[in-house]
Amino acid sequence: MSFFQIILIYTCIYALMAIGQNLITGYGGMLSLCQAGFFAIGSYATAILTTTYGWNFWMTLPVAALISALCGFVIGMPTLRLKGDYLAIATLGFGEIVRNVINNWDSLTKGPMGIQKIPQAAIFGFKFNPYKKTAFLIMLIVIVTICYFLFKRLARSRMGRALAAVREDEIAAASMGINTTKYKVSAFILGASVAGIAGSFQAVYILSVTPGSYTFMVSIMVLCMVVLGGMGNFLACILGAFIIQFISYFPQLTGLTNVIPAQAKQIIFGLILVVMMIWRPQGIMGREKFNYSGEKRKKGAKDATRN
Amino acid sequence: MLLETEKLSRVYGGVVAVNEVDFHVQEGLITGLIGPNGAGKTTLFNNMTGLDTPTKGRVIFEGKDITGKKANEICRLGIARTFQNIRLFKDMSVVENVMIGRHFKVGTKDKGRFAQAIKSYFVMKKEEKEIYNKALEYLDFFGLVDFRNDDAKSLPYGHQRELEIARAMATEPKLLFLDEPAAGMNPQETEHLMEMISRIRSLGVSVVLIEHDMKLVMNICDEITVLNFGNKIASGTPNAIKHDPVVIEAYLGSEEDD
Repeated sequence: MSFFQIILIYTCIYALMAIGQNLITGYGGMLSLCQAGFFAIGSYATAILTTTYGWNFWMTLPVAALISALCGFVIGMPTLRLKGDYLAIATLGFGEIVRNVINNWDSLTKGPMGIQKIPQAAIFGFKFNPYKKTAFLIMLIVIVTICYFLFKRLARSRMGRALAAVREDEIAAASMGINTTKYKVSAFILGASVAGIAGSFQAVYILSVTPGSYTFMVSIMVLCMVVLGGMGNFLACILGAFIIQFISYFPQLTGLTNVIPAQAKQIIFGLILVVMMIWRPQGIMGREKFNYSGEKRKKGAKDATRN
Repeated sequence: MLLETEKLSRVYGGVVAVNEVDFHVQEGLITGLIGPNGAGKTTLFNNMTGLDTPTKGRVIFEGKDITGKKANEICRLGIARTFQNIRLFKDMSVVENVMIGRHFKVGTKDKGRFAQAIKSYFVMKKEEKEIYNKALEYLDFFGLVDFRNDDAKSLPYGHQRELEIARAMATEPKLLFLDEPAAGMNPQETEHLMEMISRIRSLGVSVVLIEHDMKLVMNICDEITVLNFGNKIASGTPNAIKHDPVVIEAYLGSEEDD
């Protein structure tokens, strides 16, 4: 049971990143591959502020989100002129730059050694010790729920609709009076900040950060979660996060680590993606359709209720 | 003069797509823009609506120079448009398409994107309701209310064209650009479209249309400008254009079998 809780904890941390990725890719249609970069920035912000400067974890949380958001803005402004593959390459580059900077900036990040002995998170003296998994899990579930509702609300607002329009047809959206750059950059910033928050929790769960945990594979996993669950559907992202994490830890969960090599999970991810693309490209749950009037909405068919 | 261009030119490499064209639109009228394929009509449209920037010349709307402004800024000034190859938001519902047109018409002047997420549930409900109801009015005007919950891509072709016009009208423009609105329509649909365009004019919206359907152009336009190889070769009333020898030679004469 305890191991299953670890899976759920990672599900929550990755679900936060997947929610951000969904806003960027699922709603905005921008193929960004640098959630790992923002994840790392969030982790290191918390790690450095709590160890070197002795801050409280909860104080570092908004700072981590803010620094990630700022980086999202700085990287977003120039790269969001690019589309599709080119944007993917540029953002991939950014993710790797972050990791390399962390790896080499010894005075601040302690380089490849990483930062250890990060203080535990606590509320009113109650410590979220990584050994008290249930408490940690409940804290994470609360955070994911809050983020889920915020982002869902955002997607249903004018901003979400404008972002969807930009995804569907940028030229037409601009001709409808939508400032496309502004919405694309906003989505990028929000997606980055939530990944930064995920990073903070990662740091405070593991209690140490090393550059090795923020590789390109993390960004790919997050993208897989969104594609697997269903682009443009926040609940599906959380489901996707669970499935991917479950597969990742399946050998450990079942005690088959001797039989199934660790590398097998990457083969399975690849297989899942290929199979999904062929049989269900919209993901398990598909895009979320909004209902504006309380009427039932049918895809492709005419509506039964008319007036 | 509601809108005019002063010696507007657009050059792509060595190709002069539009050459020093003086085009003008009078308030309250339907202005036609005709010419053979490749005459530069759509390029001229794009330069006036901010999708392209003129190489030389100016665009003046209501006395203000709008040359080089972005498409979204020009839309907010009151110029809306449709596209030659329909550009609907295909995976969004019909009503959502029109709601996009209402985007910048609602209160919260775009400030605080994140605040919108946290904003009181009721404020957002009210705002959304307002946008939704207004969108329905526009759909009603074009007789598309019954399709409101369908995906835009599932509409029949003629309705897709109408939806694009409805979406443009939802921005409450002073000037509406229609790029080949009757392309691919059958005679009944064209008939309906002509009626629609007349009704749009009666709402006080000036209309500029590019069209190849001569019957439609000659019937509803108050003024016509003719382009050929990027040059303006004539402009005037439909009757004058019909009998203009330059136009006949350049355009109508070459398509006798039409």
